[in-house]
Amino acid sequence: MSTDTLTQNGQAAKRSFTDDFESPDFYQLDDLLTDEHKLIRSSIRDFVKKEITPYIEDWAENNQFPADIVSKFGEIGAFGPTVPVDYGGGGLDYTSYGLIMQEIERGDSGMRSTASVQGSLVMYPIYAYGSEEQRKKYLPKLASGEMLGCFGLTEPNHGSNPGGMETHIKDMGDHFLLNGAKMWISNAPKADIAVVWAKNQDGRIKGLIIERGMEGFTTPETHGKWSLRASCTGELVFSDVKVPKENVLPNKDGLGAPLGCLDKARYGIAWGVVGAAMDCYESARKYALEREQFGKPIASFQLVQKKLAEMLTEITKAQLVNWRLGKLMDEGKATSAQISLAKRNNVEIALNIAREARQIHGGMGITGEYPMMRHMMNLESVVTYEGTHDIHLLILGHKITGIPAFG
Amino acid sequence: MKILVCITHVPDTTSKISFTDGNTKFDKTGVQYIIGPYDDYALARAVELKEQHGGSITVLNVGEAETEPTIRKALAIGADEAIRVNAFPSDAFFVAKQIASVAKEGAYDLILMGRESIDFNGGQVHSMVGELMGLPSVSPVMVLDIEGSTAKIQREIEGGKEFMELDMPFIAGCQEPIAEWKIPNMRGIMSARSKPLQVVDPTDDGVQADVEVFELPPAKEAVKLVDPENLDELVNLLKNEAKVL
Ligand SMILES: Cc1cc2nc3c(=O)[nH]c(=O)nc-3n(C[C@H](O)[C@H](O)[C@H](O)COP(=O)(O)OP(=O)(O)OC[C@H]3O[C@@H](n4cnc5c(N)ncnc54)[C@H](O)[C@@H]3O)c2cc1C
Repeated sequence: MSTDTLTQNGQAAKRSFTDDFESPDFYQLDDLLTDEHKLIRSSIRDFVKKEITPYIEDWAENNQFPADIVSKFGEIGAFGPTVPVDYGGGGLDYTSYGLIMQEIERGDSGMRSTASVQGSLVMYPIYAYGSEEQRKKYLPKLASGEMLGCFGLTEPNHGSNPGGMETHIKDMGDHFLLNGAKMWISNAPKADIAVVWAKNQDGRIKGLIIERGMEGFTTPETHGKWSLRASCTGELVFSDVKVPKENVLPNKDGLGAPLGCLDKARYGIAWGVVGAAMDCYESARKYALEREQFGKPIASFQLVQKKLAEMLTEITKAQLVNWRLGKLMDEGKATSAQISLAKRNNVEIALNIAREARQIHGGMGITGEYPMMRHMMNLESVVTYEGTHDIHLLILGHKITGIPAFG
Repeated sequence: MKILVCITHVPDTTSKISFTDGNTKFDKTGVQYIIGPYDDYALARAVELKEQHGGSITVLNVGEAETEPTIRKALAIGADEAIRVNAFPSDAFFVAKQIASVAKEGAYDLILMGRESIDFNGGQVHSMVGELMGLPSVSPVMVLDIEGSTAKIQREIEGGKEFMELDMPFIAGCQEPIAEWKIPNMRGIMSARSKPLQVVDPTDDGVQADVEVFELPPAKEAVKLVDPENLDELVNLLKNEAKVL
């Protein structure tokens, strides 16, 4: 086969958005995608190459959330792609949503977190559990990026066990009075609205839409993170916040309501982390072929080949899980346990791949010249949020045995 | 304003190029296709002009059914409708005839295309369409603004730039920096699903060029390093190998 390429076609050719991100597709899963899926993937990939990849190392190093990415995500359509078009969403299927998350996370998990939270944890509950007025009021602005949202479930004393939450509302007749605090909340410091979960006087969990500017509501930023440094994280503090009754999500309550949102977000994570894994794998593959030691490329050593072979194997398995899960989501058949398996497995393989890929790069691998260290540190959050790795093992264990081992 | 944008469906710029059938056919195996990068500029400028002045954009491709994903991308970027002339774009004159025939039907104010395709890089189609339609054609156009029925154009010429004003309609072969490439957004991709894509038959099969054989350019040779002390060898290489002395 020839090795000549068409790259000698002048400036236009060089600057074209060509596919220099290579995606391993070892089991020809592209054959199972529609032309529209492929166009969605290449468009988000082009977007990431233009708007994220050139700057991400600086943002991460400077611990800087690029605020203008919000309107750019809105413009490209990364917020709420499965929400119907009538509410400003994309009206796309779950495979499309997964591909969008995969390509954004190939750029950075923090950027993907911003998009997942907005789509799955803010827009989804407003769409699925909200009133028509709430949908009309918030969804189009969230979809366009005019508004940024956050999702407050975790509390200082209740992480893996959100059902134990202390944040509560008291019925004051014409409004609710909200008190409590949420912690580790992505997007919080910059958010215009927060979907917050709090217990009513009967101990039932309710969803509320809290707007920035409500008296007694503050969002202090969490500093000192070594992970998701381009995403902003903070607390939500409520001290006698008067919440109008029309800000309560009317159509679902109980712990199942926030967990329903987590299912959507975990699905997006399962795809997203494969993007990060592919970025690490491709970097390692190229580096191994270029770097010479003992007079030959390090790719010629069996131990390096073993690493690459295992990476490609795990990526391929994760891709297959995602593809099938996407179909089940579209058919409305995916269970929480199936989504949990994909989230846990894919994050774990992505973390292992980031570590192995970093090793293949030797000393160079610890610098920002290559993406592995950033992905690896990011993935330490991803393996913890939306249910830790161990909690997901317990979810599957419960499913297998029928015996809950959580508490 | 009615704008016609002619797009090519070409191998991605990083494709590995090889041939089959005794070097008479391009080997498409594993090749990704894209909108020709110069055509993509033309389309991007058309979308901007439509935003400024209103009107509609029709995108035209001469190609077989496999080009439809490329056409859908153009619709997702912002064209309103598409026409595909159902024929293999075998040579520049054949393609120009098909474009001229479609363009005559549509009474377009502007006919935009890339300055050249990036597969065969002929750069002839715009001027041929101009001749066939009796309209002016300009290329390579780097700036295109419309005021009333007049276009203000900046064109690259040997050693400089040319500024001109031209009444519509005309044909322009476009190149950067006429506009920045547009990335289709999810809403555009969604709405492209239902935009009309009309398939028409070619006017005739007057294919006038025939491929005898494809050849790849010779592989680039490695750089030769000559010791600074060894000027004789340098002169010898320049004289006998590079043949520049
Ligand atoms: C960067 C970042 C962003 C986040 N964004 C959000 C957000 O937007 N919204 C939100 O609501 N939350 C968010 N979180 C919070 C996240 O969901 C929690 O950190 C997570 O649920 C774990 O809770 P925890 O940190 O309190 O850990 P803990 O629950 O205290 O867990 C500590 C350890 O104990 C283990 N453990 C706990 N219970 C059990 C058990 N029963 N059996 C075995 N092991 C157990 C866990 O697996 C873990 O290893 C974010 C977290 C991070 C780091």
